[in-house]
Amino acid sequence: MSHETLVEARDVSLSLGGRKILDRVNLTLTKGKLLTLIGPNGAGKTTLVRIVLGLMQGESGKLVRKPGLRIGYMPQKVFVEPTLPLTVERFIQLGARGQKVVAANKVLDEVKVGHLLRQQVSALSGGEMQRVLLARALSHSPDLLVLDEPAQGVDINGQTELYELINTIRERHHCGVMMVSHDLHLVMAATDEVICLNQHICCHGKPEHVSNDPAYLALFGKRQAATLAVYTHHHNHDHDIAGDVIKPKDGHRHV
Amino acid sequence: MYDFIIYAVIAGLLIAALAGPLGCFVVWRRMSYFGDTLAHSSLLGVALAIVASINLQLAIIISCAVFAAILLLLEKRQMLATDTLLGIIAHSTLAFGLLILSLSDMVQVNLMAFLFGDLLTITQQDLIWIVATCVVLAGLLYHFWGEFLALTVHKELAIVEGLPVERLYALLVLMIAMLIAVAMKIVGVLLITSLLIIPAAAARRLASTPEQMALGAAVIGCLAVAGGVTLSFYLDTPAGPSIVACACVCFLLIYARPVTRA
Repeated sequence: MSHETLVEARDVSLSLGGRKILDRVNLTLTKGKLLTLIGPNGAGKTTLVRIVLGLMQGESGKLVRKPGLRIGYMPQKVFVEPTLPLTVERFIQLGARGQKVVAANKVLDEVKVGHLLRQQVSALSGGEMQRVLLARALSHSPDLLVLDEPAQGVDINGQTELYELINTIRERHHCGVMMVSHDLHLVMAATDEVICLNQHICCHGKPEHVSNDPAYLALFGKRQAATLAVYTHHHNHDHDIAGDVIKPKDGHRHV
Repeated sequence: MYDFIIYAVIAGLLIAALAGPLGCFVVWRRMSYFGDTLAHSSLLGVALAIVASINLQLAIIISCAVFAAILLLLEKRQMLATDTLLGIIAHSTLAFGLLILSLSDMVQVNLMAFLFGDLLTITQQDLIWIVATCVVLAGLLYHFWGEFLALTVHKELAIVEGLPVERLYALLVLMIAMLIAVAMKIVGVLLITSLLIIPAAAARRLASTPEQMALGAAVIGCLAVAGGVTLSFYLDTPAGPSIVACACVCFLLIYARPVTRA
């Protein structure tokens, strides 16, 4: 593990209720690099994120985190109990307790929602909440940002802007980023590596490579992929309706 | 001056002052049924203590702690939905408690006192228990306030940010259990949860920070105790229900005001 490596997963597997959720997944998160995780619903993306975060354990395999790693986490959806009166400022401070604290208004300014400082958290819109969560994730100067579908509930314009913002943050703070996203076409430009997950890693690599990988095409359909097509190459396996790999006659092989 | 009134007022105010902030967590975390279950199960502790003739206050505290631990373990296992589990435990412990009490040879067990509280019979020894417990709880609450708040707002964020969430949650539940144990004397098994949630719910309307809500709940709880004890003293009404009725009136008065902010 080099000193630039933040998290390294080796052959991580997990089954829940007899169903294979993750099958020998490998990934490396590196300082300053953005890794995007894509895959259909039920592919195990969120599970993999939770394992990286330490919220869950894999059954087998190994997960190594850099000692003292500070993670900023932006969950998929956050519900704050409306009976709990809480300003945005306070919400951000809660995340920064006892650590090197960046002032709430500074991180809010950085994600361009400085005006929300005194708002009640329960009154935020979906898009505002996403940015506030991003601000909280940034508030204790993380080495690694983990973002689970950050653009969920954000309109198309807002999505592009949010992804640009994430990229700016990555460059400015030089932190690693792991992001779950469906919008490969929106995140392509900034992404260093894409992992296409469907229980196992179907394909991985540079976004322009993955978007033309037959495994990706098989999962997301040619029509969506056509908008991104740069080059084509041959399938090495297929998926059935349940998402299981159908081995081609000449044997299953992973890239 | 009547000692028993002074004892009653001190005990009631102390408990209300702590039930306010702890009750906020009960409201925020939607644990009111949890509180009910702990309270009901403490009646089983009372029954067993009477049969085994051990110190009642100690038995209540131990049984609350034991049932809080059992609930925490069962909740983690997730064999059944939490509310189903709580319902089963709440009512079976109540049933077993009443069963054991009725079978015991002890004559003159004042069941009503356990079910609805008997504030005016508080002895000096009871008061010492209450003061000691409340001081410990207040210290813990002050020290861990930020942590409790963080884990209540979002558990997983708190875990990722490095809080020992499981241990903190266990501590919070135990603290609520302890308060219920000492508050039983005041409002009784059946009304305890109301002392936790009514002042907190009333204070929500007036608060824009968690601390304001906690403080407001404490003040409203104290007003209810003062009102309830007064009512009980002059009109000879049962103290527990009088306190809860006063809390309810406060709640209604606050919510009857037109909304001034979103």
